Amino acid sequence: MAEQVNPAPRLDNQDPGLFGQTPSQTVGPFFHYGLPWKGCADLIGDSDIGARPELFPTEHYVLAAPSAKGEVVGEPIVIEGVVLDADGKPVPDAMIEIWQADADGRYADGSSNTGFIGWGRASTSEDGVYRFVTIRPGRVDGRQAPHIAVGVFGRGLIKRLATRIYFEDQTADLDPILALVPADRRHTLMARKVGATWRFDIVLQGEGETVFFDI
Amino acid sequence: MIHGFKREDAGQPPSLHPSYASTVPRSPRLPLVRIPHTLTETTGPANAWSRLMGGAMADLTTQHKAMPQGQRIIVSGRVLDEDGRPVPNTVMEIWQANAAGRYIHKKDQWDAPLDPNFTGAGRVITDDEGRYQFVSIRPGAYPWGNHHNAWRPAHIHLSLLGPAFATRLVTQMYFPDDPLIEIDPIANAVPLPYRQRLVSRFDIETTKPNWALGYLFDVVLRGRDETPFEDDHHG
Repeated sequence: MAEQVNPAPRLDNQDPGLFGQTPSQTVGPFFHYGLPWKGCADLIGDSDIGARPELFPTEHYVLAAPSAKGEVVGEPIVIEGVVLDADGKPVPDAMIEIWQADADGRYADGSSNTGFIGWGRASTSEDGVYRFVTIRPGRVDGRQAPHIAVGVFGRGLIKRLATRIYFEDQTADLDPILALVPADRRHTLMARKVGATWRFDIVLQGEGETVFFDI
Repeated sequence: MIHGFKREDAGQPPSLHPSYASTVPRSPRLPLVRIPHTLTETTGPANAWSRLMGGAMADLTTQHKAMPQGQRIIVSGRVLDEDGRPVPNTVMEIWQANAAGRYIHKKDQWDAPLDPNFTGAGRVITDDEGRYQFVSIRPGAYPWGNHHNAWRPAHIHLSLLGPAFATRLVTQMYFPDDPLIEIDPIANAVPLPYRQRLVSRFDIETTKPNWALGYLFDVVLRGRDETPFEDDHHG
């Protein structure tokens, strides 16, 4: 005969009285074999950037992703930057995610099996550097200046930090989101053209702290 | 008209939680700039996950030549929004330590054995009712350098895209009756009682006789704001 169930009260995930948003927790320092796959930072080509397979044994790389990216229209760009902490030290265990529109300012809804998705992920290197290969997005809604939504994760980040990349050579004067940012901090959201690369550093705290958004 | 998402509820932790030492130099000090939800925040790659990442990997115990060491478990639950609506066809990425609490990561210095048969990475997709299930082994607790005699409670890392940029969530699932939870700075960054949302429940119905213990863990993502707003009125 089965034992009669005789539970004590429990305050846990299944308690209806606690129902609500699942709290965020850090990705910690050891996400590299679980989240970034080879090529996740290349939104248009077949390179391997984004992952750090040197951080675990080859036989434990299980994240192989489909390689076909589909045909992409637009101006290819490289975005690169360093993630810095309050002491100006590079953050070697951060992960950056991006979400952007295509060259015409349209967001993919995923219903198509071809074309540009606009989503990417990159782990930072030992020097705190991340890099994406993508296309320059178009103006969104006809009003927002071309921009890329950015999420920052890492050890010590209990929840994602959200920011945006704008481009210094494209008029952002009328952008309704930038208009909400104190004028003396807007420069932290501007990618600068350095050689062939768009440079966008992310300063988590202190001098030149990047603007992060409450979304 | 843009149909935005609800904002953080009272259960979300702050970015700065000083007893979790690495939040001190890594959390912003200037106030966040609150912005309305535009098309950028309300869209996402939700339906493109398989093109991005590939298919499901729902059994973490069969990725190598033999069974991994440890207590086999089944973790099951639903992904819902705040209004209790299922979030179908969304991806949940999974990673965890092995049964001894050791990660398959070169920077993990914990003096516990690696398991050649366990990577600890997987991925599941929710069905039409938001349900998911994966098979793994129960991860071990492990020490870390945050403070003297600091130990992380056993946990499984979960990462969800949800329907939009605004719903992105990374969290950790804990196990019932773990005495390490209440002394863990990362879990305790979440104020009580909401911290307990992160504690799974043992479930005899999910448990399979002579095979694996079952745990339930629902993930609740942000819900839709009831009232759409004109996105050219930024208040």
